[in-house]
Amino acid sequence: MSTDITVTFTLNEARVSIETSPGRRVLDLLRGDLGLTAAKEGCGSGECGACSILVDGVAKLSCLMLVAQLEGREVVTAEGLGTVEHPHPIQQAFAQHGAVQCGYCTPGMTIASAELLARTSSPDRAQVREAISGNLCRCTGYVKIVDAVMAAAGAARGEDS
Amino acid sequence: MISTTPPGDPFQHRDALSKAVGAERFSTDFSPPGCLWAGARRAGVPHARIKAVHTEEARAVDGVTAVLTGADVPGSNLQGIVHKDQPVLATDTVRHAGDAVALAVAESREALAEALALIRVDLEPLPGVFDPELALAPDAPLVHAGREGGNLLARGLVHKGDARKAMNSCDVVVEGEFETPMQEHVFLEPPSGAARMTAKGGLEMVASTQAPFRDRFEIAHALDLNPMSIRVRAPYLGGAFGGKDGATVQCLLALAALKSDGQWVKMCWSREETFLAGYKRHAARMRVRLGASRRGELQALDCSMYFDSGPYAHLAVEIMALGLEHAGGPYRIPHTRMEGFCVYTNNPVGGAFRGFGVVQASFAIERSMDALAARLGLDPAELRLKNALRTGELNCAGVAMQSPSGAVECLEAMMAHPVWADRSNWKAKAPPFKRRGVGIAASLNAMGYGRGLPDAAAAKLELTREGNFKIFNSVPDMGQGNAPAFVQLAATALNQEASRFEVVQPDTRLCLPAGSSSASRTTYTFGNALLKACEAMREKLKARAALALLADEPSRLRLAPGMVVDDATGRSVPLAMLGAMLQRDDRICVDQCVMPVVENPPDTGKEFRLGFPHRFFAHGACVCAVEADELTGQVALLECVTAVECGKVLSAQGVERQVQGAAAQGAGFALMENLSTEAGHILTGDLSTYLIPTALDLPGLEWVSVDGDEPTGPHGLKGMGEVGIHGPAPAVAQALEDAVGLAIRRVPVEPEDVLRAMRGENA
Repeated sequence: MSTDITVTFTLNEARVSIETSPGRRVLDLLRGDLGLTAAKEGCGSGECGACSILVDGVAKLSCLMLVAQLEGREVVTAEGLGTVEHPHPIQQAFAQHGAVQCGYCTPGMTIASAELLARTSSPDRAQVREAISGNLCRCTGYVKIVDAVMAAAGAARGEDS
Repeated sequence: MISTTPPGDPFQHRDALSKAVGAERFSTDFSPPGCLWAGARRAGVPHARIKAVHTEEARAVDGVTAVLTGADVPGSNLQGIVHKDQPVLATDTVRHAGDAVALAVAESREALAEALALIRVDLEPLPGVFDPELALAPDAPLVHAGREGGNLLARGLVHKGDARKAMNSCDVVVEGEFETPMQEHVFLEPPSGAARMTAKGGLEMVASTQAPFRDRFEIAHALDLNPMSIRVRAPYLGGAFGGKDGATVQCLLALAALKSDGQWVKMCWSREETFLAGYKRHAARMRVRLGASRRGELQALDCSMYFDSGPYAHLAVEIMALGLEHAGGPYRIPHTRMEGFCVYTNNPVGGAFRGFGVVQASFAIERSMDALAARLGLDPAELRLKNALRTGELNCAGVAMQSPSGAVECLEAMMAHPVWADRSNWKAKAPPFKRRGVGIAASLNAMGYGRGLPDAAAAKLELTREGNFKIFNSVPDMGQGNAPAFVQLAATALNQEASRFEVVQPDTRLCLPAGSSSASRTTYTFGNALLKACEAMREKLKARAALALLADEPSRLRLAPGMVVDDATGRSVPLAMLGAMLQRDDRICVDQCVMPVVENPPDTGKEFRLGFPHRFFAHGACVCAVEADELTGQVALLECVTAVECGKVLSAQGVERQVQGAAAQGAGFALMENLSTEAGHILTGDLSTYLIPTALDLPGLEWVSVDGDEPTGPHGLKGMGEVGIHGPAPAVAQALEDAVGLAIRRVPVEPEDVLRAMRGENA
C-alpha cells in the first residue's frame, strides 16, 4: 500500500485538497469520496467514455486517470457544467432534442461535446461524430445526440435552434 | 385525440434534463454511507464437478465480513423466470464459465477483490457441449446429469396446413441454412443494486431491473423468504434491452444482505463480469425451405430452428416460441411447418434481448425471400409486397391478424423512398475501388406476453396536497421513455400542464403490480391502466369540486389547467384547494389493464404453455445502402431507412428515438457484433474486443412514419420497442449480395467474407 499524499486541484470551480492514496482512480475519488456521481462507470477500461471529465478543458477518461495526476489541474464534471435549474446549453440541448434515452452515457457525452464546442464554434456533423466517437451510446444510434450538439453550437452563435 | 408532439417535446424534457446534468441517481449511484460490497467468484471453466470451495483464506482478509457458498443458501437455491434451473451459487456442478461458486462480502471494494482472488475452487473438468445440434447426439455429455430428455430443453412445433405436401407441388423451392450469433446487450450501466435486511426482518432492495414485482418471487423462491416481505425499487435504468429481465444481482444481493446484519450491501458487476455471466441473445441455426408458385405467391414454408440456450432455460422456451411464430415473417403462407429445438450447452446463458427470437427468424425468412426473388427473377420488394399480410389474414401460425396490419404500408413507404427507388443511379456512381448495393427487408414483431398468463398492469394516480399529480409507475423506464409517455397521456387526459406531473419510479411498496418492462408492452398496458385511472380521477375531481361550487350536476363541470371550472356560473375550484381538502385515500385513483389475447387460438404450438400465440403485431420495413471497399473488404453502411407501423403515433420524437436505437443495434448485429466463444470460453469479453457501433459507424438512421390505429390501445398506439431491430441484418445482407455477389447466410458479415467474395471465392 502506498503512502497517502495530499492532492490539491480545482473541482467545478471550487478548490479541493484531499489526502488520499495516489494510485486510486479519479473515477472512484469523484464518485466515492466526493459524491459526484455524474461520471459513470461503464467499462472501467477506457472504452465507453461514460466517465469522461474535463481536465484543464480537455476531455479525459476518469477511469484511466490516477488521483495524483490531478495535482494543480482544473477539473470539471457534468455537475460543473450545469444544474437542472441552470443547465449548460449543451445539457439543455440534449434534453430538448431527444438525445437522452437511458441517460447513462449522457454526462460523458455532454463533456465530450463541451470540449468540442470550446474548440470549434461551428462544427459540422462529421466533426461532432468524430468528437463523440469515444463515447458509446447503446440507446440512440447517435442521430439525436449529433442534432443536439449542432443545435447547441447554433444557439451559442445566436442562431435559432 | 392527443396530438403528435414535435421535436423539442415538452413531455420528454424533465427527466432528460436531470439525466443530462448528472443529477439523476441510477442504481449504481445508490451508495448508502458505510455500505458493504458484495461480489461473486465465477467458475471460469465451462463444465466441471465442484469438489470443494475453500473460503478460509478469503475469510481471513481484513475487512471481509462473509464468504458464502451454495451450502449457505437457505432456499431452493434455484432461479429462473419460468423454468427454475439456475443456481444462485453452484453447489456440485459448474455448467458455464460465468457460474457463481461463492459470494464474498467486505467493507471495501479493495478487500472484496482480495477475498475473491483468494477463494480457491477445486474443480474436476468435465467434457462440455458447445453446439446445440451436437448436444443432441445420444453420446453427448449431459449439461444436467440425469435429466430426462438429456440436453433437449424443449421442442416445439407450430404448423398450419400441410407444408411438406404443398412443398412438393410448388413451382419453385429455395433452401438455405442460416446462422446468427450470440449478441451482447451492452447496456451502459452494468448490473447493480443494493440491499439490506430491515429491522422488521424484511428485505429492501434497489436494483437495475426490468421486473421489480417479479423479482420478489424470484428471490423468495431461491432463498426461502416471504415474497411480501421483500421491497424492490427500480430507479431509472441505464439501459437493459432485455438483459435485465431476470435475476442478475438480485438473488446474490439478497443472500449477501441476509448475512449482513441489517447493513446495506452493494453489488456492481464489472463489464467483464457482465460479459461472462450476463444473458445473451440466443445463437441460432435455422434451415428453411420456402416454396412458391411461378408468379411468386408463397405456398409453403418448412423450417427448423435450433436455439443455443446455454446451460439454463431462462427464457429460451418462450424465445423459441416467438421464433417459430415469426418464422414466416409478415407474409401470407398457406402451408407452414416450423419446428424448433432449444438445447442446453455449456456456452453462456441465452436470454431476452430486444426482438426476442424474432431477430433470428427474421434473418432466415428474409434471406429466403431474397433467394426466392432471385430464382423467380422478381424484384425483392415486389415479391414481399405481393405476399404481405393484410388485416384479417392468417399469419404463419394460423392466427388471424385481428389488429390492423401495416405490413403493406411499411413496404410501400420503403419502395417509394429515394434510397430504394433511385438505387440504380446511386449504385452506378460508386467511387473507384468501391462497390455499392441496396437491400430491403420487412418484419413484424408481436407485442405483449401472448396467451397463457395475464399481461397486466395496475396504475395509481394521486392528486397531491399541492394540487399536482403523482403517477405511480409500475414498469421500469430503461431508457425507452415510459415516464414522459405516461405524463403525456395523463396530462392530456386531465387537461393539465406536464409540469404538474411527477412520475414515481417503480417501487413494490408504493406502486401497484405490473408485469415486466419488456415485450414492447409497457406503454400499452400501463398506459391503458393509467388512462382509466385518469378517467376516474377526472370524475372524482368534478364530483368533489361540485361540493365546493354547490353545483348539483357535477357532469357540467370540466377540468382546466390547475382547476375545476363551472362554466354555468364562471366559478372555479383550484386543484390545490381540492388537494388540501381531500383525505389521502380520496386523492388516489387506481385502475388496471389486462391485454386482450387471441380469441380463437389455432390448434398448434400446444407445447408452449405461455407466450403463444400473440394478438398484436407492430410492422416494419427497412432499406439499407452499403458500400464495400474492394481493397479492404470493409463495409460502410451509408443509409438505413426504417418504416414502422406501431399503431397511432403519439410522440413522433419518442417513436423516432426507439426506431433509431433499434436500427443501431440491428446494424451492429449485421456488421460487427459477434459474441465469439471457443469451447465455452468467451473470446470477446470486453468492449475492446466486442465492438458495438460508435458515432462514426452509423449513418443518419432515418425513420418514416406509417400511422396506424389499434382500437384497443391507449389513443390507438401499439408497442414499438422491438420491431425496428429486425430490418438492418437482412437488408444489409441483401445489399451486400447486390454489391459483391456474396451469398450471405450468417451475420455479422466480416470484411474477410467480403474480400473473398470479390475475389470470386464465394462458395
